[in-house]
Amino acid sequence: MASGDVAGSQAGEDAGAAAEAPGATAGPAGALAGETSAAAEGAGAQPVLVLQHAAKSFAAVQALIDGSIELYPGEAHALVGENGAGKSTLVKILAGVYQPDAGSLLVDGREVTLHSPAAALAAGIAVIYQEPALFPDLTVAENMFIGRQPLSSGRRIDRRAMRAEAAAIFARLGVQLDPARIARGLSIADQQVVEIGKAISLRARVIVMDEPTAALSAAEVDRLFDVARTLRASGAAILFISHRLEEVFTLCQRVTVMRDGKQVLSQELAGLTAADLVRAMVGRELAERPAQEQGTAGEPLLSVERLTREGVFTDISFTVRAGEIVALAGLVGSGRSEVARAIFGIDRYDAGSVAVRGHKLRRGSPTGAMAAGVGFVPEDRRQQGLVMDMSVQQNVALASLARLSRAGLIRPSAERGLAADWAARLQIKYGRLKDPVSLLSGGNQQKVVLAKWLGRKPAVLIVDEPTRGIDIATKAEVHHLLVQLARDGVGVLMISSELPEVLRISDRILVMREGRLMAELAHAEASQEQIISAATGQAAPGSSREQLAGPAGPGAP
Amino acid sequence: MSTILVPQSERPPAAAGTGARKLTERAFRVRESGIVVVLVVFVAVTTAVQHRFLNTTNIQFILTNTTVFALLALGETMVVISRNYDLSVGSVLGLSAYLSASLFGQHHGMPIVVVFLAGLGIGLACGMLNGIMVAAGRVPSLVVTLATLYIFRGIDILIVGGKEVVANSLPGSFLNIGKATVLGIPDLAIAIAVVIAIGAYYLRSFRSGRELYAMGSNPDAARLAGIPVGRRVFVAFAVSGAIAGVAGVLWAAQYGTIDSTAGTGYELQVVSAVVVGGVAIFGGSGSAVGAALGALLLNTISSALYVLGISPFWDQSIWGFLLILAITLDQLISVRLTAALRLKGGRRG
Repeated sequence: MASGDVAGSQAGEDAGAAAEAPGATAGPAGALAGETSAAAEGAGAQPVLVLQHAAKSFAAVQALIDGSIELYPGEAHALVGENGAGKSTLVKILAGVYQPDAGSLLVDGREVTLHSPAAALAAGIAVIYQEPALFPDLTVAENMFIGRQPLSSGRRIDRRAMRAEAAAIFARLGVQLDPARIARGLSIADQQVVEIGKAISLRARVIVMDEPTAALSAAEVDRLFDVARTLRASGAAILFISHRLEEVFTLCQRVTVMRDGKQVLSQELAGLTAADLVRAMVGRELAERPAQEQGTAGEPLLSVERLTREGVFTDISFTVRAGEIVALAGLVGSGRSEVARAIFGIDRYDAGSVAVRGHKLRRGSPTGAMAAGVGFVPEDRRQQGLVMDMSVQQNVALASLARLSRAGLIRPSAERGLAADWAARLQIKYGRLKDPVSLLSGGNQQKVVLAKWLGRKPAVLIVDEPTRGIDIATKAEVHHLLVQLARDGVGVLMISSELPEVLRISDRILVMREGRLMAELAHAEASQEQIISAATGQAAPGSSREQLAGPAGPGAP
Repeated sequence: MSTILVPQSERPPAAAGTGARKLTERAFRVRESGIVVVLVVFVAVTTAVQHRFLNTTNIQFILTNTTVFALLALGETMVVISRNYDLSVGSVLGLSAYLSASLFGQHHGMPIVVVFLAGLGIGLACGMLNGIMVAAGRVPSLVVTLATLYIFRGIDILIVGGKEVVANSLPGSFLNIGKATVLGIPDLAIAIAVVIAIGAYYLRSFRSGRELYAMGSNPDAARLAGIPVGRRVFVAFAVSGAIAGVAGVLWAAQYGTIDSTAGTGYELQVVSAVVVGGVAIFGGSGSAVGAALGALLLNTISSALYVLGISPFWDQSIWGFLLILAITLDQLISVRLTAALRLKGGRRG
């Protein structure tokens, strides 16, 4: 696009194209400055950062299809979207951790390529992660200045100057933190402050905060926001990522909503409501819902009573009946996986009880849970679900070894029989049963994990994110398999961040938020809006607040 | 952006913050002065039983004996702080000791400086080999240096065979390196103390030194912070090797007789000294001075047991016991310190 074209077509452009103009042609800048400020944004300044049409895929999974964002100096810009919408990928591109497959990144109108996190910092982009990685043995000041410590004569580190500089930054941010103490033992909130201080000392003009508030108390969030406002006042651009919409409205001026790896909305927050954002986040075209065969729910198989683990989840009660698929929905970090791990006995819990067919399970005993007929397909199949170096056959047999052994020795024929049987039933695509499971694709690996548990004929099967990172065809097969299991009388508890999946195959939906059960929805009445609203603490359009029992989030807009 | 920095009249030191700083500093002092206390108690008890222990000759003997270990401990400290291990130092010492000392036999009137440079060069070459494999090959240092421990020793045995360098082939001035004293203190001990002080100062006050601590404290964060991790690791191993090379020459001067077994098993004694001296076994904290004190303590114990006429069997057991004590103590201090710092922070951790 030549600069002349831009000037000529300026008047008639729609907002989206006009917004692209300054970035796309900013190379021969000068003359365009006036047009830029006249662009639809009306911000009166050139964006400090423009990411255009960034794409990134991992193997078969396209994590980011069209990631675009513009940040202006002095603004706090919110980035929201469901889990898996591509926010994290976009952040990692800005951080220099991932290199995009396509698209361009402009800082101050100049195109830059970020090969490494260090390059991103050099370009003025700093990322504050939810849990910063500090050097616990070094002092706070040294954490901020590592590799760039102020020097005195003879290239010695000038500790006094370094501490004074750090103290000046903290004073400016209005936080009390001693630069000379070691970082070990700092709270998460203070660790973030150290990272922000580092960003300031690097003169970063773009500060990305990736879900910084997830692990903070209310008072700490307030302090962080004060710090963020100070940064904004000094001309920095802040990209703020949060699942808590009330925080977005408290802090930010503009918002970008992502869905399925694409930007779907980017505008001023003023005039928008939380309901608007929720709608934009979920408004995908739903895959047609299969005719739900509502399993006739049978006897209660799994009963969870007032389960509590201090600081993680509180007062969780529900029942899973035979022939039923119950979904546990909520945001990542809302405590879903932790509840599942506690039920299966991997983690301890402080109060409450878990019973299978009326018999209480012993706390903290996976062996006990397995003996009672519970199977658990964990979230991270590579780390927790499979032994990657062992063969397909050995992995399938792993949970059934007692049944396959005679006098303590595993019978290879029985092992092979079991594996071949389940591989055929689940249509696992493999070379040979003796091949290491690491050679299989993600979807087929997941089937191996499922086969491992199905080989035990469980009464209750807990699946955590059963279709994460697997292709669409296999996803459908896994869904079919879970429905089939329910039809055979198994009680299935499914944790999933994918709302279409939740709505497609579950009979009942439990929604968790910040460690509490916020809502229980029957399949017939559930909608994406309702689930998202309960999960983020917003009143859903057209639903009463009573339905979302529990403490309301602070300062709802 | 610094222009926006409002000039601050004075930084307001948070009451809680300074508390945390004092606590940290006290903890480190406890760790290093702890070795001194143990040392003093040990000497006192031994002297009470056997007065001979605290005479000039014996003190000189202990100090001279410690020099080689303290020097090796300095190199090892650099490596351990960066979360690596150098197990090849004993073999490097042996190789350097023989090759450098045999120079005297080959060329009459060989200057001592050249012999030291030769030892340094041999050690440097060995250390660089270790460094390349760890830094570029991304092989864990434990494995690399375990391998080179045997390889360097094997080369040593191939070269030396059944031969040995004997004291009367060495010039008197060389053999007397460890014997000269100033005010009763061996010159050599003073020189080594100065070298260790320089090393400790470097680790404390230079960027590259601090980056070794950073790498040991959090390797992933070090990479993200743009620290040239590979180069730092390489240099640490090269320095550790060079130091072991020089230590080999000193060893030759001290003992006079060098065969292919010189320095066998030293690597574990050095690592013990470093850990007893308060250097965290997984890197990130500790000091060269502490490591040198650790070496002094272990040597004093050996000497005391000898003076007391206790079987050398106990020697090794006591070293092992001290090692466990040191690691347990570090773990305890670390856990208590973290807990205390959390409280001092005033906020939930």
